[in-house]
Amino acid sequence: MESKKITDKKKLKLAIGLGSTCSGCDIAILDLGVKLLELIGLADIVFWPTVFDFKYSDLKELGDKEIDITLHHGTIRTTEHEEIARILRKKSKVLIAFGSCSCFGGIPGLCNLTDKKQIFDAVYGENLSVANKENIFPEEKLLINKNKSITLPHLFDTGKTLKQLVEVDYFIPGCPPPMQLIEGLIPLMKDVLGGAQLPEKGTVFGSKKTLCDECTLKKENKMISKIVNPVTAIVDPERCLLEQGILCMGPVTRGGCEARCINVLMPCRGCMGPGPETEDQGVKMISAIASILGVKDEENLTDQQIEDLLSGIKDIVGTFYRFTLPDALLNRKVKERR
Amino acid sequence: MNRIGVFICHCGLNIAGTVDVKKVAKLVSDYSEVVYATDYMYMCSDPGQDMIKEMVKEKKLDGVVVAACSPTMHETTFRNTIASVGLNPYRGEIANIREQCSWVHQNTKEIATEKAVKIIEAIIEKLKLDKPLVPLSVPVTKRALVIGGGIAGIQASLDIADSGYEVILVEKNQSIGGHMLQLSETFPTLDCPQCIATPKMVQVGQHPKIKLLAFSEVEEVSGYVGNFKVKIRRKASFVDWDKCTGCGFCMEKCPAKVPSEFNEFLSKRKAIYTLFPQAVPNKPVIDSNNCLYFTKGKCRVCEKNCSLKAINFEQKDSFVEENVGAIIVATGYDLMNKAEVGEYGYGKYKDVIDGLQLERLLAPAGPTEGIPYRPSDGKIPKEVVFIQCVGSRDPEHYYPYCSKICCMYTVKQAMIYKHAVPDGQAYVFYMDIRCNGKGYEEFLQRGIEEDRILYLRGRVSKIFKDGDKIRVWGADTLTGRKIEISADLVVLAMAMVPSKGAKKLAEKLRLTTDDYGFLTEAHPKLRPVESLTAGYFLAGAAQAPKDIPETVAQASGAASKVDSLFSKDELYHEPIIANVDEEVCVGCGICEVLCPYEAIEIDEQDKVAKINPALCEGCGTCCAACPSGALELEGFRRKQILSMIKVFAEV
Repeated sequence: MESKKITDKKKLKLAIGLGSTCSGCDIAILDLGVKLLELIGLADIVFWPTVFDFKYSDLKELGDKEIDITLHHGTIRTTEHEEIARILRKKSKVLIAFGSCSCFGGIPGLCNLTDKKQIFDAVYGENLSVANKENIFPEEKLLINKNKSITLPHLFDTGKTLKQLVEVDYFIPGCPPPMQLIEGLIPLMKDVLGGAQLPEKGTVFGSKKTLCDECTLKKENKMISKIVNPVTAIVDPERCLLEQGILCMGPVTRGGCEARCINVLMPCRGCMGPGPETEDQGVKMISAIASILGVKDEENLTDQQIEDLLSGIKDIVGTFYRFTLPDALLNRKVKERR
Repeated sequence: MNRIGVFICHCGLNIAGTVDVKKVAKLVSDYSEVVYATDYMYMCSDPGQDMIKEMVKEKKLDGVVVAACSPTMHETTFRNTIASVGLNPYRGEIANIREQCSWVHQNTKEIATEKAVKIIEAIIEKLKLDKPLVPLSVPVTKRALVIGGGIAGIQASLDIADSGYEVILVEKNQSIGGHMLQLSETFPTLDCPQCIATPKMVQVGQHPKIKLLAFSEVEEVSGYVGNFKVKIRRKASFVDWDKCTGCGFCMEKCPAKVPSEFNEFLSKRKAIYTLFPQAVPNKPVIDSNNCLYFTKGKCRVCEKNCSLKAINFEQKDSFVEENVGAIIVATGYDLMNKAEVGEYGYGKYKDVIDGLQLERLLAPAGPTEGIPYRPSDGKIPKEVVFIQCVGSRDPEHYYPYCSKICCMYTVKQAMIYKHAVPDGQAYVFYMDIRCNGKGYEEFLQRGIEEDRILYLRGRVSKIFKDGDKIRVWGADTLTGRKIEISADLVVLAMAMVPSKGAKKLAEKLRLTTDDYGFLTEAHPKLRPVESLTAGYFLAGAAQAPKDIPETVAQASGAASKVDSLFSKDELYHEPIIANVDEEVCVGCGICEVLCPYEAIEIDEQDKVAKINPALCEGCGTCCAACPSGALELEGFRRKQILSMIKVFAEV
C-alpha cells in the first residue's frame, strides 16, 4: 500500500466522544501526565465534553472530515449515543474505538441480558428502596407548556458496539486501555502529521498473541479438577492461576496489558477482548474450560459430579462475556414476548 | 474464483424418492462459483464416476461436490475419481444428503429438498476454502510387537513370523500358553489343548523370527504407526535363563509350598516354579513373596542344587528397548473377581467353584488327573449343579454383556464330568442357551441326549450348606416348579472380564476401551481387528469375550493386517491434521493435556505447541479447545466452519 498523507495541517484536530461510559477512559487519558502535554502539542482538542466545556453544537459546526483523529469510548445505549457516534464518524478522518465498551460493548453491554422494560421496572418500581405508588416512570417527552416540550434520549433494549453502528478504523481495547497503548497514540499522531504509512484498517492495538504470552506465572499442567474462588482461595503466587482452578480469562484474551491484574494475583477478566484469531471470546473460554475441567477421570464421573464441578462457575455470562456480550455470536437474551 | 462442479446422486430412490434432485441441481447451479451442476442415478457407479471425470476436464473444474451418501461411504471413492483426472483429491467434498437428509425427512419432501440445497451450499462454501493437500509419508519399521502370549498372541506371532517379518512377543507370565493351556478339553470337538496348542508354543519358542520375551511387561510406548519405540520391563526371575536348562531339579528340592495360580489354587506349587511341564520357555522363576530366602533370609536350597549356577538372588528388573512398526494387543481375559458375587456362596463353601477351577479338576494333567475330586473332602461328586450367567447378562448388578463361551463350556464340562463319573448327574440352570457356532448345537444335543445333562430354565435363588451337601434352591420356569437339589459340587459360569492390568496397558498405549475395559475396535463390523489408533491391532478376548476358533481367526486377521502394513516401505498419512500458527500460539498447554494421541508437545524454548504430524489423527479436540485460536484442523478451518454455519443460519 502506498502511503497517503491524510492531512496537510501542522497541528491535528482531536476529538474524544462518548457513549454509555464510566469515564474511566477519560481518566486514563488524563493519566498520561506529562505525555499529555506532548499530545496537546500535536493536536488541538476540538471536542471532549468530559474535560472541557464543549457543546454538541460545537461538534455539529465542524466540517466533514475536519477532525483528524477521534477517540470514542462507551457503549451505544441511547439515541443520543447513536447520533453522536454517527456525527463523529462523519466529521472524522480516523475513528478509533477506545476502551472495551466502544470496542466490544463492555460492562454496560451486559444490559443485553435484560431489556428496557425490565430495567425500568426494577429501577423505578420493584427496588425495595423505591417508593413509587403512583407508578410514575420517566417519559421521553415532557410537555412544559403548550408550546414547549423537552425530550430525553430513547434507551435501547440492546447495547451495541461502535462498529455495529459505523465503520471503525482502529480499536484500542482495555478497561481502561493500558497506558502503554494510550501512549501509542502519540507516534500514531506523528505518523498522521508526517504522512507515514498508517496501520491497516481494523487494526486492534495490543499484542498479536493472547495474554499467556506476557504472563510470567509457571505453567505445568492444564488439567483442572475444580473451580475455586480467587478471593477465598490460597493462591500459589508462582503458578498459573487457571491451573489452580481460578477462572482466568488470559488464554482467550488479547495481550498488551502486560498482565497487570495477574501481577497482583487477580485473574484476567478479559477486558482486552478476544485474541487475534478468535471470533467469540466467551465461547472460546467455555470450550477451553469444558475441555480441561475434570478431564482426568471424566468417563467415571456421574452427572451429579459433573454438575458439581460446573457449579464452581457462578455467573456464566458475567464471567465469560464480562466485556464482550454485544460483540458475541449470540449477543443478547431472547426478548420476552409482550 | 473457484470453478466448482456439483454432482447430485439419486442413490436409486434412497435420495430421489424424497429429495427433488432435478430442482436441487437447478437451484445450486445458480450458486456462486458453481459452473456446473447435474444429477445422476448412481454417482458411485462407473458411468457416474466417468461423468465426473469428463466434466472436470470439459468444464475445467477445480473443485467437486458430490451430493450423495455419508462421506464414510464414498469420500475415498470420489477423491480417487477426481485424482485420476489430475485434480487434488482434497478438492473433492461429499455433501451428505442421504443419511442427514432424505432418510430422516421421508414424509416432508419439500423441506427435504430445501435442506438438501442448504447442505450442498454449505459444502460448497467449505470447498471454496479447501486447500489442495498432499499426504505425508513416513517410513515403516518392519517388526511387530505382540503383547500377550495366549493362543491369540501365539497365532498372530506365528503368522507374522511366517510371512518373514520379525516379531517380539511379550508375555507377563513365565510361559506362553495362556488360559487355553488350563483347559481340560475344548468344545465342540473335545480336542485336548495340550495336543493342539503345545506344538504351536514350541514353534514360537524355536522360530528364528520370533523373539520371545516371557516374564516381561510393556512399560512404555512412544511413536506412531510404522515407528513405535517400546520399552519392555524384563521382570527379575532370579534365575539366569541363559544358563538354565530347565532340568527342574531346583523345583523338586524347594521346600516352600504355595497355592498354584495355574491350577486355580486347587494344588500347591513350589516357590521356584514353572507354570506347567510343557512350558515355553521351560525356565523357572522364583516367587520372591514366598521364597524362604527372600522372606526369612535363609534356605538357598535351589542355589545349592543347581549345578549350572543359574540361580541369582541379586537379579534386578531390566529394561530392553525395541523399535517396531505395528503392535498387536492380545491381552486376553480373566474370570470376574469372585469376591464380587456374594450370593452363590463362593469363598464361603469350598465346593462352590468357578468354570476354570473345574477345568483344572477335569484336566488329565491337572491336580486330580482328570477325576473331579471335590475340593472340600476329596469325594467324587455325584450331583453337580452348573449355574450359567453369573455376572454376565446382569446389568443391574454386574455386567450387561454375554460372556459368550459359558453355554458351550458348560456342556463340555458336564459331558467330561459324565465321562469321568458315569453314575453322576449334571444339572444346568440357564437363562437361554446360545450355541451359535459350527457344530455347537449338535454338541449341546449330544450332551442332553447321550449324557443326560438336565437343563433347567431358571435362576437359582439360594445356596446353602446342608451337612456335606450343598442345597440349591431354584426354579424351572418352563414347568413352573420349584427345584431343590442336594448337590455335591456347584460350578459357577463367571463372567469374562478383560485381564488384570489390561486397562492400565490400554492407557499406556493410548487405546480406547469400552465401559468394561474391553478394547474398542475401529469399526464393529468393517474394521474389527484394528484399533482406532493407527498401527495397533486387536486379537482375542481383549477385545470382547470370544471362544478359541474366533480368537484364532481374529489373531490371523490382525496378523494379515500387520503383513499388509509391512508390505509397503512408506506409509501415507492423511493430511487432515492440526496445524499450529506459531505467531498466535502462547504455549498455554491446554492442547497438550487433551491430545489423545500425545501428538502435541509444548516447546519450552519457543513457548509454542509443536505437533508431530505423523501422530496426529485429525480428531480436532485440540482445535476446539485452543483458547487463542492458534490451532486449526486442516480441511476444517474455523473460516470454513463459520462459512458453513452462515449458510445454515440464513433463513
